[in-house]
Amino acid sequence: MPRHLIAPLCTLALIAAFPLSGATFYVELTTKIMIMAIFALSLDLLVGWTGLVSFGHAAFFGVGAYALALLSPKAAAAGLWSSLGIAIVAAALCALVVGIFVLRTRGIYFIMVTLAFAQMFYFVFHDTDFGGGSDGRYVNLKPDASILGFTPFDLDKPNQIYYVVLAVLVLVFAFLQMVLRSPFGRALQGIKANEQRMRALGYPVTAYKLAAFTLAGALAGLAGYLLAAQSGFVNPEILSWHQSGNVLLMVILGGAGTPYGPIVGAFALTMLHEFFSSVTRHWQLFLGAAIVLIVLFMPGGLGHLVRRIRRSLFGGTRDG
Amino acid sequence: MAEPVLDARGLTRRFGGLTACDSVALALERGQLHALLGPNGAGKSTLINLLSGDLKPTSGSIRFKGTEIAAMPPDRRSRLGIGRSYQKTNIFPAFTVFENARLAAQSRDPRPFALATDASRDPVSRDRALRGLELAGLHEHVERQAGALSHGEQRQLEIAMVLATEPEVLLLDEPLAGMGPEESTRMVGLLKRLASGHAILLVEHDMDAVFALADVITVMVNGQVLESGPPAQIRASANVQRAYLGHEDEHG
Repeated sequence: MPRHLIAPLCTLALIAAFPLSGATFYVELTTKIMIMAIFALSLDLLVGWTGLVSFGHAAFFGVGAYALALLSPKAAAAGLWSSLGIAIVAAALCALVVGIFVLRTRGIYFIMVTLAFAQMFYFVFHDTDFGGGSDGRYVNLKPDASILGFTPFDLDKPNQIYYVVLAVLVLVFAFLQMVLRSPFGRALQGIKANEQRMRALGYPVTAYKLAAFTLAGALAGLAGYLLAAQSGFVNPEILSWHQSGNVLLMVILGGAGTPYGPIVGAFALTMLHEFFSSVTRHWQLFLGAAIVLIVLFMPGGLGHLVRRIRRSLFGGTRDG
Repeated sequence: MAEPVLDARGLTRRFGGLTACDSVALALERGQLHALLGPNGAGKSTLINLLSGDLKPTSGSIRFKGTEIAAMPPDRRSRLGIGRSYQKTNIFPAFTVFENARLAAQSRDPRPFALATDASRDPVSRDRALRGLELAGLHEHVERQAGALSHGEQRQLEIAMVLATEPEVLLLDEPLAGMGPEESTRMVGLLKRLASGHAILLVEHDMDAVFALADVITVMVNGQVLESGPPAQIRASANVQRAYLGHEDEHG
């Protein structure tokens, strides 16, 4: 086994064994963290690999979550496979349309315009009745995973949804690693490094960015769907700018443009939040200070710390 | 005379009140090395940027093998076969030398939907990239990080990347600037070899190199073409001598 896989696989084994502890509260918390990790991975495709700092990624997360809520009848379960497909396609379409507009801008303007579009999505769900307004909407019955009479898993059981989310996280991670090695992914990294040169070399840069924006939106929609399925509830806060900022913070904290960074960031931010809010009422102050310290002393994020530790343990200069 | 590959006419670009390029006419032919001379600020880089698409002309026409391209974005012009290098080194410093050239080569066969393919193992773009690096004399530095190369080597990489896109027209903005004598000699040799199969526009300050290489020389002053013709004609031209030497004249 390649040595650089030892640490990730051990971590994966630990996470996989965790529900055996029987601590339901923490199993549910970890499920939520893994959903946020999928969301953060999708954003990092833009921030860390394409150089597009989006401050409105929660819009597509919210579209995925609301898709499940709206497709779930009051007294019956939605079909998982069909509703999941619709949620992902809806989020991708929204990202495609938003992307056509926001990708005309760059830098600080891109940040502001993505934020503005996400606020529009927020107010659509907040101020109209079709998603339940500001109260949100319940998903009374968890989506039904049966295919042709066979039911592979039951999302009503916390342990089962935990493993489903873990499997999705691993698949999304592997998928993104594959994409980043492909010609498309290499071109995105070239665009991040030097957009003008990529254009001079013959790449239709805007089309590549739009494809990345759409793909990231689709994956955010997948994460949003899982959140709605797990919590059984959606409200406009899922699309709020706090949520966009939260996931951006996870990416930056973990290390943008590193393979594991967004996952590490999702765990770190949520755990710091849990820890400080359990010991003090003034947790926001301490959480803020912790974030500032991490960013100040580890500018590459926690993901780089992982890399540095691994390098000092195993030697070599292999990135990862 | 053969049909020009790239034919610019009446090419004008204004920046506010300044006319950086004033109805310039220029034709590049396959098999010819066309050098562009002129003092600083004459509009040479503006002209290259207009031909490559990095700048849009205020007016005028550019034809590539008969097709009007003046309104085309730079990426489309590149895909048609117009490659350019930059005066200020413009590479991907964090990537390896090989990846720089490989990305350039990949643009000819982009396959964005082949998501399961490992790009670095694609034999077509790999061969193209290595050929470009070989021609530019960087084959021994393939695995080095581009940002760690010497200035001269980065200039070579700049050329290698253009070559990896296998263009018909080469727009080279001061490729010899900052090169040591040995690298410079090598580059002059390379340009000589490339001239037979390409149409080349070369902006260069090194007069020895220009007169040794060029089939045609165009001299620009203040955004306008002062004179254009074979090296012997330019060397003998009173106009050119005045522009270059006659600082005390009425030219202020």
